[in-house]
Amino acid sequence: MLYLRLKKGLYWGMGCLLMLLATLTQAGEAEFIAHEQALIKAKFEQKEQIMAAWYAADTQQAVELMEMMLASQLYYHKKEKRLYKVIDASKGAVADRLSDGESVTITKKRDFKRVSINNYLRTLFRQYIAKAGLTAAEPEQRIAAAEAMVGNTDPDLMATVAGLRAQETNADVQSAFDLVLAVANLQSADASQQQAAIETLGDSLQPAALNALKQFLASNPESDLAPIASKAVDSINGKIDFYNGVETLYFGLSLGSVLVLAGIGLAITFGVMGVINMAHGELIMIGAYTTYVIQLLMPNHIGWSLLVAVPAAFVVSGLVGILLERGVIRFLYGRPLETLLATFGISLILQQAVRSIFSPLNRSVETPSWMSGLIEINPLLSLTQSRMYIIAFCLLIFFLLLAIMKRTRLGLQVRAVSQNRNMARAMGVRSEWVDALTFGLGSGVAGIAGVALSQLTNVGPNMGQAYIIDSFMVVVFGGVGNLWGTLVAGLSLGVANKLLEPWAGAVLAKILVLIFIILFIQKRPRGLFPQRGRAAED
Amino acid sequence: MIRLLDQDRGGKWLIGSLLLAIVLVPILNSLPESSSLHIPTYSISLLGKYLTLALLAVAVDLVWGYLGILTLGHAAFFALGGYAMGMYLMRQIGDRGVYGNPDLPDFMVFLNWQELPWFWQGFDQFWLAAIMVMLVPGILAFVFGFLAFRSRVSGVYLSIITQAMTFALMLAFYRNEMGFGGNNGLTDFKDILGFSLQSDQTKIGLFIASAIALIIGYLLCRAITTSRAGRAVVAVRDGESRARFMGYRVENIKLWVFTFSAVLAGVAGALYVPQVGIINPNEFSPINSIEVVVWVAVGGRATLYGAVLGGIVINYAKSYFTVELPDVWLFALGGLFVLVTLLLPRGVTGLLKRKEVE
Repeated sequence: MLYLRLKKGLYWGMGCLLMLLATLTQAGEAEFIAHEQALIKAKFEQKEQIMAAWYAADTQQAVELMEMMLASQLYYHKKEKRLYKVIDASKGAVADRLSDGESVTITKKRDFKRVSINNYLRTLFRQYIAKAGLTAAEPEQRIAAAEAMVGNTDPDLMATVAGLRAQETNADVQSAFDLVLAVANLQSADASQQQAAIETLGDSLQPAALNALKQFLASNPESDLAPIASKAVDSINGKIDFYNGVETLYFGLSLGSVLVLAGIGLAITFGVMGVINMAHGELIMIGAYTTYVIQLLMPNHIGWSLLVAVPAAFVVSGLVGILLERGVIRFLYGRPLETLLATFGISLILQQAVRSIFSPLNRSVETPSWMSGLIEINPLLSLTQSRMYIIAFCLLIFFLLLAIMKRTRLGLQVRAVSQNRNMARAMGVRSEWVDALTFGLGSGVAGIAGVALSQLTNVGPNMGQAYIIDSFMVVVFGGVGNLWGTLVAGLSLGVANKLLEPWAGAVLAKILVLIFIILFIQKRPRGLFPQRGRAAED
Repeated sequence: MIRLLDQDRGGKWLIGSLLLAIVLVPILNSLPESSSLHIPTYSISLLGKYLTLALLAVAVDLVWGYLGILTLGHAAFFALGGYAMGMYLMRQIGDRGVYGNPDLPDFMVFLNWQELPWFWQGFDQFWLAAIMVMLVPGILAFVFGFLAFRSRVSGVYLSIITQAMTFALMLAFYRNEMGFGGNNGLTDFKDILGFSLQSDQTKIGLFIASAIALIIGYLLCRAITTSRAGRAVVAVRDGESRARFMGYRVENIKLWVFTFSAVLAGVAGALYVPQVGIINPNEFSPINSIEVVVWVAVGGRATLYGAVLGGIVINYAKSYFTVELPDVWLFALGGLFVLVTLLLPRGVTGLLKRKEVE
C-alpha cells in the first residue's frame, strides 16, 4: 500500500479505486456511506474520532482515504454529499466517486470542495498509515514500513511497535522493529533503556543505526553513556571496514578471474609449448566477435546465445589457432624471438581483418538478464551477480583444462612432447599432430575468454592488445609451464590491483603492479612456481 | 673514419649518400617550384623524420643484431628523449601560448597549476635539455639493465619485461598528474634556439642535423662493433655462457651497450620531435617498439646499414599507404613481419650479400 503512494496519475487512482471497491463489498456499502457522511460534516476535532473508528472498522479503506487526504486529493460534492477522488480539480477533469467507482467529469469547479485537514491530523494520519504498514501481510512491506519509521519517537506509536515486535515471528522484521525501538529509546530518559538501545544499535548494520549513534554522541558528549556509544560506533565502523574489505577482495577476485581467463590459453601455448604467441589477444578478440555474431544470428534468445557462444568461440578461435600453427609457427620452433615477430605480424593482420569486416567501431554485446542483478548479503555488502559468474566460469575452465592436461591421453602426449620431443617421437607420439592440437586447445581457450570479456568490455578491434601484456605478465609471474601458477598469479594480481586502487587510482595501481612484476622477475626469473628438472634448463 | 668503413661497403654507400643529401637537398629546395627537381620543404621535414627513425633503428640493431637482446621497449627511450626536447620547446613558447602565461605551459594553466614543477626547472636552457635528452634515457636503461642483466633475465623474458616497461611508461604519461600534458602531450611549439620552427631554413637545418646525427651514430656503432669489445659483444650473443667462462663480464658488456643504445634512441627522439611538432604518450605504445624491430629485421640484422635502409623504406611505405590505402597498410605490415621471418631471416641486405658471394 505504501508503494502505491509513489505512483501518480490515473493509474494510481484506478488502483486505489479497485481496491476500495473490493473492500466496499466486504465492509458493505452502507457502512461506507455512514462513515462518508460523518466525515463530510465533521469539523477538524471530530475528524480524528471518525477516522479512528473507520481505521478500527476497515483499516485498508481508512488508510487509503488518509493517503488521499494527505495528498489533497479527497473532495466531496457539495450537493450530492458524496466523496470523490480528484487529482486535478479544474473544469473538464475527471472525478471518481468513491462509493461506486463511477467517473464523473467536473462541470463546475465550485461543486467540489476538498476535505480539509490540519497539521495535527496530518501527523496522526501518517502514524496510522505507518501502523497499518507494520501489520501488512508481506514481511517486505512490514520491513519497509519499519524503515520509514526510524527516527520517530512518538510514545504511542512506539508502544504499538513494541507490541507488534512481541508477536512478530519473522527474524528480519524483528530486527527492523528492534532498530526502530532502539533509535527511539536512545532519546528516552531512562539510562538503562538507553544503554540497551546503544547495544542493539551497535549490532545493527543499517546506516540509520550509525547515524542515530553519531547524533546521540554529538548531542550528549558528556553523558555517562558516551563511552559505550562511541565504542558502538567504533564497532560499526569496524564492520563497515571489514565488509568494504570483503567487497574489494571480491572485485579483486573477479578482476583476477578475467586475467586468469585471458592468460590461461597463453599458459598452454607459451607455457607448455614455448611459443610466444603475440596474436593471443586477437584470438580473444575473435572469441568476442563470435559472441557478437551469434547474438546477431539469434536476437530473440539473448539468454541462450551466451551458452551457444562458448563452444562456438572455442571452435572458431581453435581453428584459427591450428591454421596459425600449421601455416607459420611450425617453421619457427626453436627460434622464439622470430616466432614473436611473426605472430605479431599475424596479430596486425587479424586486427585489420576485423576492422575491414566489422568496421573499426566498437560493437556492444548484450548481457543476458540472468547475468545481471545483485545478491544482497547484508545492508553493507551486496555482490554483483555477473562478477560471480565470471569467477565461477574462470574456475570451471581452469579445472577443465587441468583435467585435460593431467588426465587425458592428449595431455600426456602434450607433456611428453614438451619435455623431450625426440624421445616422445621415438615412443610413437605424432609430435606434429600434438603440436597442432595443443596450439588449437590454447587458442580455443583464448576464444572462450573472449566470450567472457565480451560481457565486461566493448568488443572492438583493439581489445586484444589491451589484454596481451596482462596475459604475458600473468603467465610469466606465475611461472611458465604451470597452470596452477597462472591461477595464483592472475588472482593475486587482480586482488593487488584492486587493493591499490582506492589508494593510488586505477592507472597508477596498474603501473605499480607492472613495476612490481618487472622487479619480481629480476629476483625470480622463472616466476612464482618455476618448472623443475632437466626440461627447465634449456 | 675511413678505417672504420674499410670492410663496410654498405656503410660507405650510406655515409656517401647522406653527405650527398646534406649538400644536395638545400640546393634542390632553393630551385624554383616549377622545376621538376624541386624538393618541397614539407618533404624535407618528412625525410628528416625518416632519418631520426633510422637512427632509432640503428640503436635497436646494435642491441638486437649484435648483442642478441630482442628489445621491445626501445621506443620508450626514443620518447623520453623526445619529451626532454619537447619540454625545452614548450618553455620556448613563453607568453605566446593561448593563456599568455610567461612561466607555465598552457596545459598547466589549464589544470590550474600555480607554479612550475621541479622537474621542469631549467628546461628553458638548451644545454640542460640537450643533456637530459641523453641522460634520462641513459639512466633508465642503466637502472633497468643493471637489474635485468645482473639477475640474468634473458631471451623472451627480457623482451616481455622491456615491453612491460614501455607499457607502464605509456600509462604513466597518460596521467595528467605526471605533468607532461597527459593525453595531448606537448605541442604547439614555436621556435628552437631562436629560429622559428615554421621557417624553411630551420626545417632544412633540422634535416641536416638529423643526417649528421645519423652519420655520427652509425660511425659510433660501427666503431663499437669493429673494436675488440665489439667481438666480445658478438661472443655474448652467440654463446653467453662460453663468454662468461672465458672471463668476460657479460653483465657489464650488456649493460654498457644497452645504455649506449638507449642514449642514441633518446637523441633520435629529440631530433624527431621538432620535425613532427608533437610528442604524446602514444610514442610509448608497445607496437611502436615492435615496429622498429621489424624495420631492422627487414633491413637485415647485425649490419647497421640494413637497419637504416629498413627504417627509411618501411616508413616511406607507411606514409604512402596510410594516405593512399589506409586499409591495406596493416595487412602489408603484418604480412611483412611473417614473410621476413619465414623467408628472409637475414633481411633484404642479406639477400644482396648472398648474391655477392655467388
